[in-house]
Amino acid sequence: MKMKKKQNWFYSETVKKHFFHPKNFITDKEAKKYKADGIGVIGNAVCGDVMKVWIKVNKEDERIKDMRWQTFGCASAIATTSILSEMVTKNKGMKIEDALKIKPADIVKNLKYLPAIKVHCSVLGDKALREAIKDYFLRTKQKDKLIKYFNNSFDKKGG
Amino acid sequence: MAKKEVYLDNAATTPVRKEVLREMIDYFNLYYGNPSSFHNKGKEALDAIQSARKKIAEILNCKQNEIIFCSGGTESVNFAIKGVAFANKEKGNHIITTKIEHHAVLNTCEFLERDGFNVTYLDVNKNGILDIEKLKKAITYKTILISVMYANNEIGTIQPIREIAEVAKQHEIFFHSDACQAAEYLDLNVNNLGVDLMTLNGSKIYGPKGIGILFKKENIKVEPLIHGGGQEFGLRSGTENVPYIVGFAKALELAQKEREAESKRLTELRDYFIEELLKIPGTFLNGHSNKRLPNNINISFSDVEGESIVLYLNEKGIYVSTGSACNSKNLSVSHVLKAIGIPYEIAHGSIRISLGRETTKRDINYTIRQIRKTIEKLREISPLKFAKLK
Repeated sequence: MKMKKKQNWFYSETVKKHFFHPKNFITDKEAKKYKADGIGVIGNAVCGDVMKVWIKVNKEDERIKDMRWQTFGCASAIATTSILSEMVTKNKGMKIEDALKIKPADIVKNLKYLPAIKVHCSVLGDKALREAIKDYFLRTKQKDKLIKYFNNSFDKKGG
Repeated sequence: MAKKEVYLDNAATTPVRKEVLREMIDYFNLYYGNPSSFHNKGKEALDAIQSARKKIAEILNCKQNEIIFCSGGTESVNFAIKGVAFANKEKGNHIITTKIEHHAVLNTCEFLERDGFNVTYLDVNKNGILDIEKLKKAITYKTILISVMYANNEIGTIQPIREIAEVAKQHEIFFHSDACQAAEYLDLNVNNLGVDLMTLNGSKIYGPKGIGILFKKENIKVEPLIHGGGQEFGLRSGTENVPYIVGFAKALELAQKEREAESKRLTELRDYFIEELLKIPGTFLNGHSNKRLPNNINISFSDVEGESIVLYLNEKGIYVSTGSACNSKNLSVSHVLKAIGIPYEIAHGSIRISLGRETTKRDINYTIRQIRKTIEKLREISPLKFAKLK
């Protein structure tokens, strides 16, 4: 009888890779010098997940050329932010309007698999990014886009 | 190459000791008879059960017919609580327990609440210890049962069992204690403890899983949960699990024989371990500093999440469990940590480390190094900076 392939892990190999070797996270030291065009935070410590996202935007074509992050949370929370940063920055960076379309399901798809109970964590990745983009629109005073994408004008950031 | 493995989850379950296995093995295929059978094969099995029962009765200092074998801790708890409740309905419908019991107790009580019983879930103090005065105040003329665990499975806190038993006796209320976690390290003499009912199981004392007992004083009326051929004094039907009963008795015998020396050894290791861990900034010990099981450590690290810690350590061959939230099956914070008032932010970063017979100082030093590295790495990724503020 053939032995079943040893399944050690509750998470997929991709989650594991991003969890143990997270891509694009930013240390506190780096964050101090980092000239972000937008910063977003979502979640709270009481619930057990907090994500902070820093982005740099290429002003000419509005592509996200760099995304850095910090995450407090379980393996899936860390892995989703890590893979999101790759999704957003590959091929010269994603256009902001496309980044705003990223849904939790897209992140899960890229991670191959995420246990159903953990899917709520990945919801935060895209939301943290949206917060950073909103901050960018605020900083660059793009009122039309704030209204278009966030149904919001120049009132305070955060949501 | 065999990867280094350090098993520090002995409160979840323990491996079966070789001595126990050796004792059990012949009862699978050599002495396989049904203890109820009226021939030699049956007699062999019956003798084995009787000698196991005798052994356990000696350890517990009780009568042999006060020991009822069943399928484990959960069944034993269900049997104790439902059994007493159903059989003593005419006396009253009130049960008292604590907020930090195992789910076997809490969910059984919730079930009874749907069936017309009233249950008081007592608070414990910040160390996880029950206040006797609160217990006294909770008693009414309808109270029929008090169920308080001997030692807690998450934070290892040891309850004042004798004092609780005294209060119960004064009010003529039955007292049940879940002693599953205590059996390896604490006194199980039921006369010393004053319990009326007590739950033990095999899987925490280097015995097999799927076997446990309910100790029940012979004069206490209980309603059986399982009906059938009338085994176990008519209280728990089903053909007896002979090899497991033999294994359980052996495991309990060894545990109680070695408990003083092993408790001393592990208490020293535990305190050294805790001391080293508390050197990491933003670290908190949950539970009582010394009224705790010799093998239990429950510790919180701010700014990081328990599951992440557990998985990083798993990668290094170190097996511990999340003290609380967001584990694979359950996303809510531990009811025990909540009951002792640990803030959610801190509770999320807690792990339980439970030492065992195999644990050495070398294992602990290795684990401390890996925990330090893990916390450092996860804090670097984390946007929360509580530990730095301290």
